[in-house]
Amino acid sequence: MMTLLRAVIRRDLLLAWRRRADIATVVLFFVIVVSLFPLGVGPEPNLLRTIAPGIIWVAALLACMLSLQNMFTSDHSDGALDQMLLAAAPLSMIVVARAFAHWLMSGLPLVILSPLLAIQFDLAPELSPVLTLSLLLGTPILTLIGAIGAALTLGLRGGGMLLALLVLPLYVPVLILGAGAVDAASAGLGADAHLLLLGAQLLVTATFAPWAVAAALRISAE
Amino acid sequence: MLNQPVLLAGGINVFKYAAPQTFYPLAGKMIPWFSWTAALLCVAGLYIGFFVAPTDHQQGESYRIIFIHVPAAWMSMLIYVVMAFWAGAGLIFNTRLSHMMVSALVPTGAMFTFVALWTGALWGKPTWGTWWAWDARMTSELILLFLYFGFMALQAGIDDARRADRAGAVLALVGVINIPIIYFSVKWWNTLHQGASVSFTSAPTMAATMFAGMMLMALAAWMYTIAAALHRVRSIIIEREQGTEWLRNHTGSQS
Repeated sequence: MMTLLRAVIRRDLLLAWRRRADIATVVLFFVIVVSLFPLGVGPEPNLLRTIAPGIIWVAALLACMLSLQNMFTSDHSDGALDQMLLAAAPLSMIVVARAFAHWLMSGLPLVILSPLLAIQFDLAPELSPVLTLSLLLGTPILTLIGAIGAALTLGLRGGGMLLALLVLPLYVPVLILGAGAVDAASAGLGADAHLLLLGAQLLVTATFAPWAVAAALRISAE
Repeated sequence: MLNQPVLLAGGINVFKYAAPQTFYPLAGKMIPWFSWTAALLCVAGLYIGFFVAPTDHQQGESYRIIFIHVPAAWMSMLIYVVMAFWAGAGLIFNTRLSHMMVSALVPTGAMFTFVALWTGALWGKPTWGTWWAWDARMTSELILLFLYFGFMALQAGIDDARRADRAGAVLALVGVINIPIIYFSVKWWNTLHQGASVSFTSAPTMAATMFAGMMLMALAAWMYTIAAALHRVRSIIIEREQGTEWLRNHTGSQS
């Protein structure tokens, strides 16, 4: 089982490394969206400080969602997905490995970049780790839930917009808990409760989402 | 196991009516009953609501929108659960009719969600002084509307009926698991940001006639939903079973 996981992760990372520009696109999108908000609402530091967690979280959400569109498409078109469906190994395990690899390429860069963007918004230094931690716990949930949507919309016309429509309502709790963690910390309430709930949601999602993704892939590839 | 007929206490085979050709005439027979019951209950409920129930001493006459708003809000949530139930049944037993039922219920569910939001805005303006507040119930109702729309968009985006059914079923089940999580997170988010500005629990206890009117309207909404779903399911059956022997016999070989 471990060799399977390692092989799938290695394959996906290798493929992604050969198309490095795709990773850069996601990261650039994230940075640009975040940088647009001060231009829209004005450079008032107090305002920016208040809305920073929400903005960074919404941008991370959109970036994750956009990166999901091609999670299965190239494998679907070149037949690799059919091989995975036929493989003796359980499909949900392959899905776990693929989601992890996808998160490493699209979620983790956002987590790593977030302290830098926090500085842009003049977020207090003690809040920056909270933001990073909340993103670290939250972005895998975004990838896992988004993978369900990506599998359901596989090969459909207008798949991108459809994916957004399906997945964004389901992202609401992650957004609330993630941005709320930073807000609670800045209000002096402590972010523990938010982060623990986010962690709980990560565990629940990681347990059930792979099944749903596997079922959706079987339906879409039929 | 699955091929064994499942018998109820009365000896009726439940799965007999899981086939579209047996369900189609049955639904046709049931529709008038449910439609008329819905109409009668609605008239009685509205009569009690508008003429019998006393005027609220705090909100005046504007509270009477409750007779439409609350039943619509109840139905909007109930229909999603029923939908998820049939979606699960469809995936487990592989019955086409279950999936058709899901598709038939969705538009009614979205309609009730919209009505609940719309009447809520109309009610909010005179009583709270605002069309919209980011109250936990309102926000989660809005997200429920998005879930309904997402489901409809997914089914509309898939041409193959079988795939549309099954993909929709997975989405409905994922949605129904998420609804409680969404509701509690929104509730918590709201209480953190601003104290509860609106509370239903602080309202004066309800007069018996108000309660009766609301219950009649809720029952009317149930009956209407069943009638509308049955009607829609018949249309879906006709659409999907086009050209089959039984349908041609049934409709007098028009097609």
